[in-house]
Amino acid sequence: MAEWKTAKPENKALGWLEERLPILSLVNNVVGPDTPTPRNLNYMWNFGSLAGLMLVVQLLSGIVLAMHYAATTDVAFDSVERIMRDVNYGWLMRYMHANGASFFFIAVYIHIFRGLYFGSYKAPREVLWMLGVVIFLLMMATAFMGYVLPWGQMSFWGATVITSLFSAIPVVGESIVQLLWGGFSVDNPTLNRFFSLHYLLPFVITGVVILHLWAKKVSDSGNPLGIEVKSSADQIPFHPFYTIKDAFGAGVFFLIFAAFIFYMPNALGHPDNYIPAEPLVTPDSIVPEWYFLPFYAILRSIDFPLGIPGVFELIDAKLLGVIAMFASILVWLALPWLDTSKVRSGNFRPVFKWFFAFLVIDMFFLTWLGGQKAEGNIPLYGKFATLYYFAYFLVILPVLSRKETPLPLPESISNPVLKPAE
Amino acid sequence: MKFVKNIAIALGLGSLAFSGAQAAGTAEHPLEIDWSFNGPLGQFDMASAQRGWQVYKQVCSSCHSLKYFRFRNLADIGYEEDMIKAFAAEYEVPGEVDDYGDPTVRAALPQDVFPSAFPNDNAARSANAGALPPDLSLMVKARHDGANYVYSLLVGYEDAPADFDLSSGMSYNPYFKGSQIAMAEPLFEGAVDYEDGTPATKEQMAKDVVQFLTYVAEPSLQKRHEMGIKVLIYLLILTIILYISMKKIWRPVKEGKNFYED
Repeated sequence: MAEWKTAKPENKALGWLEERLPILSLVNNVVGPDTPTPRNLNYMWNFGSLAGLMLVVQLLSGIVLAMHYAATTDVAFDSVERIMRDVNYGWLMRYMHANGASFFFIAVYIHIFRGLYFGSYKAPREVLWMLGVVIFLLMMATAFMGYVLPWGQMSFWGATVITSLFSAIPVVGESIVQLLWGGFSVDNPTLNRFFSLHYLLPFVITGVVILHLWAKKVSDSGNPLGIEVKSSADQIPFHPFYTIKDAFGAGVFFLIFAAFIFYMPNALGHPDNYIPAEPLVTPDSIVPEWYFLPFYAILRSIDFPLGIPGVFELIDAKLLGVIAMFASILVWLALPWLDTSKVRSGNFRPVFKWFFAFLVIDMFFLTWLGGQKAEGNIPLYGKFATLYYFAYFLVILPVLSRKETPLPLPESISNPVLKPAE
Repeated sequence: MKFVKNIAIALGLGSLAFSGAQAAGTAEHPLEIDWSFNGPLGQFDMASAQRGWQVYKQVCSSCHSLKYFRFRNLADIGYEEDMIKAFAAEYEVPGEVDDYGDPTVRAALPQDVFPSAFPNDNAARSANAGALPPDLSLMVKARHDGANYVYSLLVGYEDAPADFDLSSGMSYNPYFKGSQIAMAEPLFEGAVDYEDGTPATKEQMAKDVVQFLTYVAEPSLQKRHEMGIKVLIYLLILTIILYISMKKIWRPVKEGKNFYED
C-alpha cells in the first residue's frame, strides 16, 4: 500500500498554503516525485493520462462552443453552421470537439483493453477498475447527448432510436421515455435537457476521474508483469520519468488527432448529420457513432425472446436486446470475481492470451457489424460475435482461471529472472 | 513497437467504422475526379470557383437556395468589394417595415444571404411537381464522397435502359439512389457564357460548380489546410524533442539505478 508523503516546499508562501491545504502533497503523491511507480510500465500505460488529456480538450473546446450554440430546434443547426462560418476559429473548435470525442474513446478503449489483458481489475484494484467502468458509462451518455445537439438527421433519428429503447422496460418504460423526451416525441424539450446534461456530465466524469486517481494512489499502478512490487528497487518516481513518457505519448497521439482535425475532419462522422433534422423523413440507415457500434451490434443481434417465441415469452425480444446491450458493459463490473486466476498479466497465461486476442478481434468484428444493415448474414454473424463476447466473460474466464497452468512468474520487477512455478 | 500497433488498431477501428457507414444504397459509385482541394496541401481553384459561382447564379439558383451563403463570402473566392456590392444589388430582399407598417423591399447588400427562388418549401414543391429542390449550402458535405457525387450526378444523366420503369416527370441518373431523379438534366453545352472565355462544356460547368459548392460547404478549407501543416510540423518537432528528452531522462533507469537507496 502506498504511503503518503507530506511535501515541504522551500517557498514560504507555498509552505503556508501547504499547511492549510495540502494540495501540493496531493499532486506530489499521485503523479509527482513522491509517487513510487513500477519501473517497467510499457506504452500501454500511456492511455490513462491520454484519456485525461482528452477530457480537458473536450471541456475547453466544449465550453467555447457552448458560448455560441443555441439549444432550440429552430436554430440549433443554424447556430452550428454559424460557428463553422462566422465565429473566429469556430470551425477549429467544432472539429476539435467532434473528433476529440472519437479520440477520447480511442484512448479509453485501449486503456480498458490494456486492463483486460494485464488483469488490472484484480485485487487490490477492483474499485479502481469499477470506477473506470462508471466513467465509461458516463462518457457514453455524454457522447450520445452531444451528438444530438447539432440537430442534424442522425442527431434526431439516433436520439429517437436510442431513447425508444427504454420503452422496452416493463411497466415504467413508457414513462421513462416520456421523461427523457419531455413530451411525446424527440423535440425541443429533449434538445434542451440533452444540452443541459451534456454540459453537466463531463464535470461528473471529472469527479469520478479524481476518485479513480485516488484509488490508483491507494492500490498503486499495476505493471506488465502483474507481480507485486517487492522492494524499492522495483520502483521509480512518477515524475520525471512517467511525466516525460506520457508527454512523448501525448505528442504522438496529438499528431494523429491533428491529422484528423485538419485533413479528415468529417471522416469519423456521418454525412447525414449535415442535413437538418426532418422528423418526417427517415434516413436510409440510422447508424450510431463508431464508438457505439459494438454495443449497437449486440443490441441488434438479440432478435429472439427468452422463452418460446409466441407461446411463452418470459422476456420479449426487444427487452432482451436492451438487457444484453447494457449487460455487455455492466459485466465488466463483475470481472474481478469472474476471473479468479491469481496471475494478473496475460503474458504468463498461455491459453488466456489466445482467448483474449479473439475477444479483440470479436470487438472489431462487432464494430463492423454494427455499421452494416441488418440483412443477409449480418444478424447471424452478430449472434455468433455476441455469443463469444458474453462467453468470454461468463464462461471462458471462470473456467480458464481454474484449469489453466500459468507460466512461471519472475521473482521481481527489478530482477526479472524466472523462478519455477510453485 | 506496441505503441505503433495500438495506433494501427485505433486507425483501423476508425476506417472500419467509416467504411461501415458507407454501406447501402443502390446507386452507382461516383466518378473520381482529381480536385484541386484534395490532399493536405489542396486549395480552391479560384478561377474555377468563380466560374462555378456564375453557373450557380445562372442555372442552379432558379430552384436551389444557398441558405448559409452571404454575398460577402464571395471575397474568399477572389472578388473585390465593389464587385460583390454589384452582384448583391442585382437582387431584391425584404427590407424594414415602413412608417405605415407596410413591408418593403430593398436591393440586397453584401451581408445578405443569397435570396432563395421560392418564399418557402411549399412554394418550391408546387413549382417543381411536388419535389423539393434541396438547399445546396452543405450538399458536398451531406453526401458520401460529396464532391465526386455532385459532379457525377450532374454529368451522369442518360437515357433509361429499356427495362427500367421510369415514373413520369422523372429523369434517369444511375448515380442517384434508385436511379430516378426529379431534377431534369440541368447542364447542357453552352448553358453559361463564361466571362473568362472558357468553353462551357457540360463537364467543365459541373467541375466549376462543384468547386464553388465545395467552397460554400466548407469555407474554412484553405485556412484549415494551411494551419494544419504548421500544427503538424510544430507537433512533430515537439514530439522529437520530447522523445530525445525522454531517452536522456530515462538513461539512469535503463542502467538499473535504484532511486530509493538511502
